[in-house]
Amino acid sequence: MRIEIRGHVGVGRPASGVALVARDNFSARYDLDRIRGVFSRPAHALHGQSYVGRVLVLHTAKGGVATSWMLREMRSRDMAPAALLLNTANPIMAQGAAFADLALMDRFDVDIVDAIRTGDRVSVDPTAGLVVVERD
Amino acid sequence: MRLNEIEQAMLAGELGAPRQQAIEQQMAVGRMFDAPDFVEVSHVHVMGDTESLGEAGVAWLEQLATAPREQRRVRVPTVTDPRGIDQCAFRRLKQPESMAALELRAAAALRELGVLMTDTCINYQTVLPPVRGEHLAYGDTGSTIYANSVCGARSNFEGGPAALAAGLTGRVPRYGCHLDAGRRGTHLFEVRERPRNLTEWGALGAVIGRAAGSYWTVPVITGIDGSPTSDELKHFGAAMASWGSVPLFHMVGVTPEAPDLASVLDGPAPAATTVGLADIEALYAAFGRHEEKVDVVVFAAPQLSLVELQQLAELLRERRVHEGTALLVATSPELKAACDRMGITETIEASGAVLLQGVCFYQMYARELGVANGWTRLLSNSAKLVNIISGYGYEPVLAPMEVCVEAAVAGRMA
Repeated sequence: MRIEIRGHVGVGRPASGVALVARDNFSARYDLDRIRGVFSRPAHALHGQSYVGRVLVLHTAKGGVATSWMLREMRSRDMAPAALLLNTANPIMAQGAAFADLALMDRFDVDIVDAIRTGDRVSVDPTAGLVVVERD
Repeated sequence: MRLNEIEQAMLAGELGAPRQQAIEQQMAVGRMFDAPDFVEVSHVHVMGDTESLGEAGVAWLEQLATAPREQRRVRVPTVTDPRGIDQCAFRRLKQPESMAALELRAAAALRELGVLMTDTCINYQTVLPPVRGEHLAYGDTGSTIYANSVCGARSNFEGGPAALAAGLTGRVPRYGCHLDAGRRGTHLFEVRERPRNLTEWGALGAVIGRAAGSYWTVPVITGIDGSPTSDELKHFGAAMASWGSVPLFHMVGVTPEAPDLASVLDGPAPAATTVGLADIEALYAAFGRHEEKVDVVVFAAPQLSLVELQQLAELLRERRVHEGTALLVATSPELKAACDRMGITETIEASGAVLLQGVCFYQMYARELGVANGWTRLLSNSAKLVNIISGYGYEPVLAPMEVCVEAAVAGRMA
């Protein structure tokens, strides 16, 4: 099964990977153990799970400004997600993704957390504002 | 995006590679948020602690610093947020030399770019208070929400690389809080009981931020009679920004853009959410208590004002922090010098507490700090800090300053 989802034009280079999805929010500073590459905030829906190389699908950008530096730093160690899809991003996520050249999109024609399931294969083209989901 | 002559020159690389890279990055963000053009900013606040930068970020700054002087210097005054290491105190905190060395490299590179190393998140209290209508590029959620809301200035959250880009170009993409439309109220909160101390102000901000939900919401708050103090609004805003990623609120009858409800709302008022002491109590309860032992008590996030430092010193006067508990306090370098001069440092440190300068707890390698010192059970009066710090391996508890001090002395909460 192949699903095409339209969103607002995002930032970063095209990317693809296996989806990791939760109806929760995202901040690199608040939620992640960036050394081990896992969600470390106990209250987070993805606590303990690895995000490295995954297309992360979450609801809203949260937290402070540090994510702007952190995405590039994570990428430099090959410990970053492949792409980030949010129902609602914020300036910090956009600035961090632009600095890291990491694919980021938001404002889709569907609720992105409902539309994508963990394990789906997802391709993200931020310039075209297009997400393609493939599911067995 | 529409570009004027100088912006086109920057984009073409005529003003050097650093400004070209900066404006390219800003345009990518501007396109994502449908910015029609750029707006000039009068000053910049940049976050660049090495725990966030990492080796990759520091190397990037050092590369930027090798550009010719006329190409690399910021175009508008640019000041810094707290750093990861207090060079006067890191050995006492068992932080390694390697972290201190990385921090010195970052600071040296930033200075080469013309950045003023103020190392503070309360620059709006201590360096250059924003003016109503002034466009800024502020790089700390707490400083941004204060500038927008309390001062009536205009800034989006500008993360480290974005704030630095703003310094290099002297402008930011015009969207969000820079636009009149982005400053209209979206949610209404009616405060039933006025908070009684700084922690309650922070907790109230947390409750409203959590309910507001995203960067693009603007809470409007009613029910506060008489202006809160600068420190009260500091804790209120910092917690709201931390819990909700909210950059702006209006407090009717208090903040400058909200003399009355009609001034900040379009059309009929949305249904009001009532908030009060019961919500604050519920927030406290969610974090529990440390009745058996407290490892570390932290006063930070935001850095303390001179007034808070004096209050804390009076609570600690002739008291002794328990031998099994650490007490850390963070402020700016300028206020630390003031405390040294006024005898406040002496009173605080005579108790066994450590007064840190130019840092904030969660920005100073909190995970490694906890491991090196055996700290997990943390107590703080900051609703912002307790929100952030559990991801770093701590079990945070929230309590007012007086309760925190008593627990530091007893080694546990009574």
